[in-house]
Amino acid sequence: MKHRALHQLKRAVARSSIVRLPLPLARCYSTHPPNAKLNIPIDYATTPLLAHSSQMALRSKELPEEVRNGTTKKMNLFQAINDAMGIALSEDESVVIFGEDVAFGGVFRCTMRLAETHGADRVFNTPLTEQGIMGFGIGLAAEGMRPIAEIQFADYVYPAFDQLVNEAAKFRYRDGACGRSVGGLTVRMPCGGVGHGGLYHSQSPESLFTHIPGLRVIMPRSPAQAKGLLLAAIRSNDPCIFLEPKILYRAAVEQVPTAPYELPLSKAEVLKEGKDVTIVSYGQPLYLCMAAIKQAEQDLGISVELIDLRTVYPWDKKAVFESVRKTGRVMVVHEAMVNAGVGAEVAAAIQEDPDTFNRLEAPVARVAGWSIHNPLLYERFHLPDVARIYDNIKRVLKY
Amino acid sequence: MRSWTLRHVAQRTTALARQPALPFVRAASSVSQRPNSDHVSFPGALKSAFVSSLKFENPESYPALPTYRVVDQHGVVVDSSFTPDIGDEEVIRLYKDMVFISIMDLIMFDAQRQGRLSFYMVSAGEEAVSVGSSSVLDREDVMFCQYREQGVFKERGWTVKDFMSQLFANKNDPGRGRSMPVHYGSKELNIHSISSPLATQLPQASGAAYALKMQRLQDPNVKPRVVAAYFGEGAASEGDFHAALNIAATRSCPVVFICRNNGYAISTPTLDQYRGDGIASRGLGYGIDTIRVDGNDIWAVREATKKARNMALQDGGKPVLIEAMTYRVSHHSTSDDSFAYRARVEVEDWKRRDNPITRLRKWMEAKGIWDEAKEKAARDSLRKEILKGFNEAEREKKPPIRAMFEDVYEELTDDLKAQMKELKGMLDKYPEEYDVGEFEGGKDSLKD
Repeated sequence: MKHRALHQLKRAVARSSIVRLPLPLARCYSTHPPNAKLNIPIDYATTPLLAHSSQMALRSKELPEEVRNGTTKKMNLFQAINDAMGIALSEDESVVIFGEDVAFGGVFRCTMRLAETHGADRVFNTPLTEQGIMGFGIGLAAEGMRPIAEIQFADYVYPAFDQLVNEAAKFRYRDGACGRSVGGLTVRMPCGGVGHGGLYHSQSPESLFTHIPGLRVIMPRSPAQAKGLLLAAIRSNDPCIFLEPKILYRAAVEQVPTAPYELPLSKAEVLKEGKDVTIVSYGQPLYLCMAAIKQAEQDLGISVELIDLRTVYPWDKKAVFESVRKTGRVMVVHEAMVNAGVGAEVAAAIQEDPDTFNRLEAPVARVAGWSIHNPLLYERFHLPDVARIYDNIKRVLKY
Repeated sequence: MRSWTLRHVAQRTTALARQPALPFVRAASSVSQRPNSDHVSFPGALKSAFVSSLKFENPESYPALPTYRVVDQHGVVVDSSFTPDIGDEEVIRLYKDMVFISIMDLIMFDAQRQGRLSFYMVSAGEEAVSVGSSSVLDREDVMFCQYREQGVFKERGWTVKDFMSQLFANKNDPGRGRSMPVHYGSKELNIHSISSPLATQLPQASGAAYALKMQRLQDPNVKPRVVAAYFGEGAASEGDFHAALNIAATRSCPVVFICRNNGYAISTPTLDQYRGDGIASRGLGYGIDTIRVDGNDIWAVREATKKARNMALQDGGKPVLIEAMTYRVSHHSTSDDSFAYRARVEVEDWKRRDNPITRLRKWMEAKGIWDEAKEKAARDSLRKEILKGFNEAEREKKPPIRAMFEDVYEELTDDLKAQMKELKGMLDKYPEEYDVGEFEGGKDSLKD
């Protein structure tokens, strides 16, 4: 199937190089409705969620002193991930990187030049088998290595599910007093909508992993965050699932500290303080939230608090509860299907905590993908967008 | 395909210029088809000769791969080049290890029937595969087992207490009472803990072997080691078997795959499991050196495994496959009555005609190092030893209840601490509803 599609694509490309097609602007993927005020493309060059200057990048109190006194470099998400893996390979010879097509740099360029720099023994291609990649990684980690396995798309992690659920997650538990684990294992996978990824290049399966005790599930929103969280995941002694929003690989560009550093796992980050509503999200939708918040604050004269979970399991309940106790209203935003998504867990935990429940002034809202698969043609109606987030802020306030 | 499209997609979303492509390591032209060549030179198969007659390869036109044996059913040596590589005392030790396993199997099977432990799996008929292969591997070689390899643990030095602690899930169980009986594991013996999902250990074995290879590359003072991975012929139908052999071959991993082909996967006979020439024939397809051996012949298992280990360490490391042919004399487990799907007489025949223990016994008797009196003495003493361990283990306390929350993560998470406290609250509030007396420390272990 993959081959046939490739063949068709190649033919299409070959044709387009010969035939000059007229270009009706309204049909291009990146265009938006002419009168849209909310659903306009995110301007990553100006969003306050990215550090556009060195000072901004080095301001974070989470960074150690020496990193804050160091230099920064402009990087996009894939470069920051590449940087983190380069550091990991340099500082620890037990780190190895493998997966499908990683040797030449990876289909998203995340492993660029790592094989050349660190050797073909440490950065290498595997046969095309996700269950094999995962089992191989578990075996490496079980013998004391720190493998970084890549699943080419989160959509293709399911063949490896047995290895993740029954093996990686349970390894330490069943080994008990023997004390062995596969804590050295980190599994990276590109996830999320990308505009036209259709059914199998768009999925966000994070909530499936949050239902597996033993795994840490992480999703960064930006290059600087990706570097710090990925280094933390690689050095963590628990197996980590690291989901990378692929739409940000090239789009999100910011100043990233050049020194090695970690950002804490299982700790949320308050991106913007507010007093009327709390929005909890992670990954790419944070940019949509920020745009919606800007408009809502302007239109309604309110202030919204925005929280980035960063680690979706085990997640930072304390930070979320504290915020909700302050604002009394909360909304969770994610791309994955609403049913049994991360939002369900966050909402349930909020109503379960007596002090937080007592402070609720409106039902917990969830703005997420509909309960469908990601359809090629309809993605703009399916995934949460600025307008839906904006409208839900209004609804939560009006209750 | 998926990679290509999405790379394209991602490039379109970019604000950055595309990075220059790296030069390819191997240009496609270097394997291009030469004019008038006798052989295929497509990248996928480099040495295939062209033929001009249309013929499909038929598996039946190839003879079944032969089965290597050293000693026949009567205990008579048939490999003229064979000389035992160990002394009489060591042979007797291996024999006793096999007998130990078979006696423990009987006792524990009955104990399960009496409800004294929850589950058991015997390994009758397959003692030579586990004990024999283990005995020629280095103590530091890493093992992955399926679940019918008690002999490996015994041969590597596990005591009655070690077995019984796990089976009764008492406080000395290294698995801390979390896994079903027979899911043994030992750090000292370098055997990874057994898990129930079949064949998952196989790609792990490939990865572990790659780790051993890397560790030696990075530090030449590290001892050369291999990984041994055991599995049944049923497990070989899992996708993980395919993944494991393929990845081990492409990454040149020093791993010895040891298949116990005992004819049945629970009730499923091999006829319903595969239609090729067993498991061995598949090794060749993956480019793996392969041998089929008589699994009831401990000498054949030992010779093959010894050589396989050496081969696995050659050429920078490579996988080797051994298919040991045996017969599962026992029921699949205590939850299985195998006479529901096979004739009692068939099993009796195997028990009587050929089994690994009697075969080695015959060889030893012919050599004059074993006799009926020694047999009786050995069996009596082993039985006594096992029963003593049984009684001690059964009386031991269970691990602390707290162990149920630990080791999910390296450290207890806030959630787990809260849940532990909640459980403690329940035990305090409803003391009549729960029996905590058998657990070390009672409910107090749940305190922070």
